[in-house]
Amino acid sequence: MSTILSVEHLTKRYESGHEALTDVNLQINEGEILALLGPNGAGKTTLISIICGIVNATEGRVMVAGHDNVTAFRKTRSLIGLVPQELTLGSFDRVSDTVNFSRGLFGKGRDDAWVEQLLTDLSLWDKRDSEIMTLSGGMKRRVLIAKALAHKPRVLFLDEPTAGVDVELRKDMWEIVSKLREDGVTIILTTHYIEEAEAIADRVGVISKGKLLLVEDKATLMQKLGKKQLIIELRSPATALPGQLNDYDLELSPGGDSITYTYDVRAERTGITRLLQELQQAGLELRDLQTRQSSLEEIFVNLVNDQ
Amino acid sequence: MNWHAVKVIYVNEMMRTFRTLAQSIASPVISTSLYFVVFGSAIGSRIESIDGVSYGAFLVPGLMMLSLLTQSISNASFGIYFPKFIGTIYEILSAPISHFEILLGYVGAAATKSLIIGTIILITASFFVDIRIAHPIWMVSFFVLTCVTFSLLGFIIGIWADNFEKLQLVPLLVITPLVFLGGSFYSIDMLPPAWQTISLFNPVLYLISGFRWSFFEVSDVSVGWSLLAVAVFLFACLAVVSWMFKTGYKMKS
Ligand SMILES: Nc1ncnc2c1ncn2[C@@H]1O[C@H](COP(=O)(O)OP(=O)(O)O)[C@@H](O)[C@H]1O
Ligand SMILES: [Mg+2]
Repeated sequence: MSTILSVEHLTKRYESGHEALTDVNLQINEGEILALLGPNGAGKTTLISIICGIVNATEGRVMVAGHDNVTAFRKTRSLIGLVPQELTLGSFDRVSDTVNFSRGLFGKGRDDAWVEQLLTDLSLWDKRDSEIMTLSGGMKRRVLIAKALAHKPRVLFLDEPTAGVDVELRKDMWEIVSKLREDGVTIILTTHYIEEAEAIADRVGVISKGKLLLVEDKATLMQKLGKKQLIIELRSPATALPGQLNDYDLELSPGGDSITYTYDVRAERTGITRLLQELQQAGLELRDLQTRQSSLEEIFVNLVNDQ
Repeated sequence: MNWHAVKVIYVNEMMRTFRTLAQSIASPVISTSLYFVVFGSAIGSRIESIDGVSYGAFLVPGLMMLSLLTQSISNASFGIYFPKFIGTIYEILSAPISHFEILLGYVGAAATKSLIIGTIILITASFFVDIRIAHPIWMVSFFVLTCVTFSLLGFIIGIWADNFEKLQLVPLLVITPLVFLGGSFYSIDMLPPAWQTISLFNPVLYLISGFRWSFFEVSDVSVGWSLLAVAVFLFACLAVVSWMFKTGYKMKS
């Protein structure tokens, strides 16, 4: 597989002095879907903006299909489409006009057949003559996608495509993405939903406070992140864990009145039934049970602390 | 060159104008007519001709300049400020277009609109007074150069402005006074000597004077100076614009 996008030692300091990106390195393969996962303010939009040419890098460089995105900006930008995070559209423009406008900006002449197909695929054909301001938020998001695809980019950036979007549109969005992927389009999307990354990405990058902490195959990462905990409160405090429970990933609280069992939700068997049976056999009486999933926020904190 | 991009920017800007067609065309027609009724007929009938030109006719180049300057600036500044304001600028910045092509699209459209408005004013004026144009080529040159130069200035203001107040500031506080004090409605000969000297520091005076010369061969300053003034203006604006583009001033962070 060939590398279509290569980000090398990218650092961004805004004029305010804030360092939004610190030495980011990232290789993206042609045709893959990469999800960039990170909390608000992590630097996702900044990274995308630099690649697309909207923000200047402070240090480092970006290569798209072997071309530098500053010196050969015409080549690199022609290959890229961007769906921005905000619903930025001119209210008075008509849907088909704004899509034709995008096509022109990217150096392509009118192609009514292609625009019709695009709008049809995005369920926008009926709305082609509507003014943008008459559309719902979800429809506007679709228009932004149509604009980004108007010049048939090889690489598509979707910046938080499903933030604040209803379930219906989110499903549609995922379908659109997998269709594009079949056409060989490379897709980079940002999100702060783990489930979203899980549903559609091949690889996942985790970014926090301007640092790209890791980029891994989805399967590997989900195994690492997909931990769940069962907290077992005991009726009377235990001083030590019974030896027969050594096989389990257990932790006794300092006071001895609860046991925390960490398990993998994705495993075939979680082992909960057997654990509870064995606890009973060991003579421990249970007062209450609760489960908690490690939140993305926690995972980030852990990842950052591990660095 | 990405001509498709230049074309869509240009067409898009012109469409914005035509959406507000009534406003774009009616307002210069109405205001010109008002000027002629008030200044040309009511007051002008009491003013003797200036340098052998009737006051009504004398007004025409000044009125055109007044509109050209304010319209060029407001159109071009709004044209580039608006996408910054609503955020759609992201698309222009991420498209494979050079700064020069962006400029061509926006400034070209703003200048075209000013040319249209100037022509409408000229036609409207011709219903009120007899207009003769002594040097049509010079007249067209001054006309086009002024539209382009001040559209460039508008573009600069649009990039510099980060709120609507700033957008209004320069046209209101700088341009309008300079035009009114630059001999749009009078010859500076009519001023006391001290004010005549001060007026010579007003760059707009040179524009109006040169433009008026191309109509009537009467001028406050020699036409060579006028030409030089337009050229200096134009190159100053071009210099500022290229500096802005080179540094990404207020366009890219
Ligand atoms: N134009 C700017 N000037 C100064 N700081 C900025 C600018 N844009 C973003 N930032 C800061 O950079 C950090 C990263 O922002 P952003 O890339 O938008 O994060 P994300 O998209 O992951 O939420 C944030 O702390 C944000 O406040
Ligand atoms: Mg963001």
